[in-house]
Amino acid sequence: MEAVVVKGISKHYGKDRFVAVDNVSFTVNKGEIFGIIGPDGAGKTSLFRVLTTLLLPDGGEAMVDGLDVVKDFKQIRQTIGYMPGKFSLYQDLTVEENLNFFATVFKTTIKENYHLIKDIYVQLEPFKDRRAGKLSGGMKQKLALSCALIHKPTVLFLDEPTTGVDPVSRKEFWQMLKKLKNEGITILVSTPYMDEATLCDRIALMQKSEILAIETPQAIIDSFPKELYKAKSVSTPALLNDIKAWSDDIYAYPFGENVHFTFQKESINVEELRTYLYEKEHHNLEMEPDIPSIEDCFIHLLRA
Amino acid sequence: MRTLLFLLQKEFKQIYRYKAMVRIIIGMPIMQLLLLPLAADYEIKNINLAVVDNDHSTYSQQLVSTIIGSGYFRLAEYNQSYKKSLKLIESDKADLILEIPEGFERNLVRENKDQVLVAVNAINGTKANIGASYLNNIIKNYNQSLRMKLVTSNQGNQAIAIDLVNSNWYNPEMDYKSFMVPGILALLVTIIGGFLAALNIVREKEIGTIEQINVTPVRKSYFILGKLIPFWVIGNVVFTIGLVLSWLVYGIVPAGNLLVLYSFIWVYLLAVLGLGLLISTYCETQQQAMFINFFFIMIFILLGGLFTSIDSMPGWAKIIARINPVSYIIDVFRMIILKGSGFKDILPHIGIISFMALLLNSWAIKNYRKTS
Repeated sequence: MEAVVVKGISKHYGKDRFVAVDNVSFTVNKGEIFGIIGPDGAGKTSLFRVLTTLLLPDGGEAMVDGLDVVKDFKQIRQTIGYMPGKFSLYQDLTVEENLNFFATVFKTTIKENYHLIKDIYVQLEPFKDRRAGKLSGGMKQKLALSCALIHKPTVLFLDEPTTGVDPVSRKEFWQMLKKLKNEGITILVSTPYMDEATLCDRIALMQKSEILAIETPQAIIDSFPKELYKAKSVSTPALLNDIKAWSDDIYAYPFGENVHFTFQKESINVEELRTYLYEKEHHNLEMEPDIPSIEDCFIHLLRA
Repeated sequence: MRTLLFLLQKEFKQIYRYKAMVRIIIGMPIMQLLLLPLAADYEIKNINLAVVDNDHSTYSQQLVSTIIGSGYFRLAEYNQSYKKSLKLIESDKADLILEIPEGFERNLVRENKDQVLVAVNAINGTKANIGASYLNNIIKNYNQSLRMKLVTSNQGNQAIAIDLVNSNWYNPEMDYKSFMVPGILALLVTIIGGFLAALNIVREKEIGTIEQINVTPVRKSYFILGKLIPFWVIGNVVFTIGLVLSWLVYGIVPAGNLLVLYSFIWVYLLAVLGLGLLISTYCETQQQAMFINFFFIMIFILLGGLFTSIDSMPGWAKIIARINPVSYIIDVFRMIILKGSGFKDILPHIGIISFMALLLNSWAIKNYRKTS
């Protein structure tokens, strides 16, 4: 059963018809965590706003819970939860007042769905009389998630929920999402962080208003077409330049403190490269084949 | 209903917590009502008068001292030549010149008539014109008292004098305060109503909270009502403060029924709030809302009939005045506060303002989009 069906959705803005979302299609199954991974400006937020009935698409159609986002927007608003990328709760109301407010607006109470937010809310409880605007970044995210959950939505839309949140809070946040998934809530989450991609059941890689691939993270990694090598020496920039200079058939890019590279042709001898690099005085050179990460896949998809 | 009550509760909490705002809302009307009526006064004083007395007689001196004694004029120069006085006007040291001709006294006694010259500096038109008419009045009075004296001394030669006597109804002493104060109160209510509601919605847009509200099932009309009602209540509070203040400070007590006055204010506030809300649905930032509001409020105030009479405006301005809510509130305030008009008298005003309120608010609700 599909929770979200998107068929050829397009959205453009302004006179010069700047394209934000271009003919995007995918389906999200009930109870899965579906990640939309892409850099800033890829069109993730526009897509989310179409799916949450805030933005009218210029083409295509989309269904959430079997309801059309254009025609049945009223019913959709009853059943979905949305957490915008920008903190959008009332900063001058306290934690408890915000939660209470959103519960009432959805004609429910905190008590009724307390089990859903319990794990998050216990961390917020000590600050419940604090104004939302005075919370730390991580706490704000937790409050926003609580408010988006308080009416027990069937589908949860999280637009870059972990942007600007510290690594520990990010980890906790993803643990919460796993728990919510077990409650049967479908989660659509967008993020610019590649490391979060592996935490999703399936991901869609989005770039320049288009979707490049939709797969499970493992399948995307498995479909990596080439052999990947990593290299490391004292100076990464120099190493990168030398590897690039060696052959036109090589594609190299910096990856953390390493340099990752692939070959266009299989015939190239890695040992030749090694000797060449020794000649270039990269003495502490370490070079070996590596398992591609989602980020490598994404970089290669962008090149294609 | 529960949702609406909750929206209202939230809105009041937010307003209350915005301490600076509360102070402005309460403090602004008090300040303005205390200061503005003292300054915004049509009565013109301290008109600089240059007198060119070519006669140097008892009569001419009497005339000058009567003029100065009236309290409206200040003697800028005396006993100069006309040319010199004109220089004073050029350098803006004098507003008016009064030239008394040679043989003024002799001609008055012998031939029973003479002329004086009044020259006016029309750069500050209002001041000079009003000054000239004050001066005319004083000279006329002086002339009359003089003739009475002459007539009584040669009896039998009784001149028939027709005299016009004015009496100002509803404001017998022509006290400017008793119509400036209600006028300023009317403007305050308009500004509070027009600005606060508009800025509030646009603020939600700027901060982004409206995004979260828009994905909820809250009805558009509830959302707008949630914004309308709190500021309607605040408008009433401000109006009441103003009314009490004008009674305490200026001794102005409405001649008509208070309930009639309030019933008009209730409808009027809905109309100005509606305009503010409508503007806010078209704006994305508080700056935009502010400027558009200013545009309308400026027109409303200048063409509202408080500072200049609508009857003397050109035709197109009269048409604007007809759709200008401020012209109605100023009219109604004068009718109720000065004249003591009843509910029946202001019924047409209430009718038109209700129509405006209905139109503006439904337009605002229609134009407020939860989807873009």
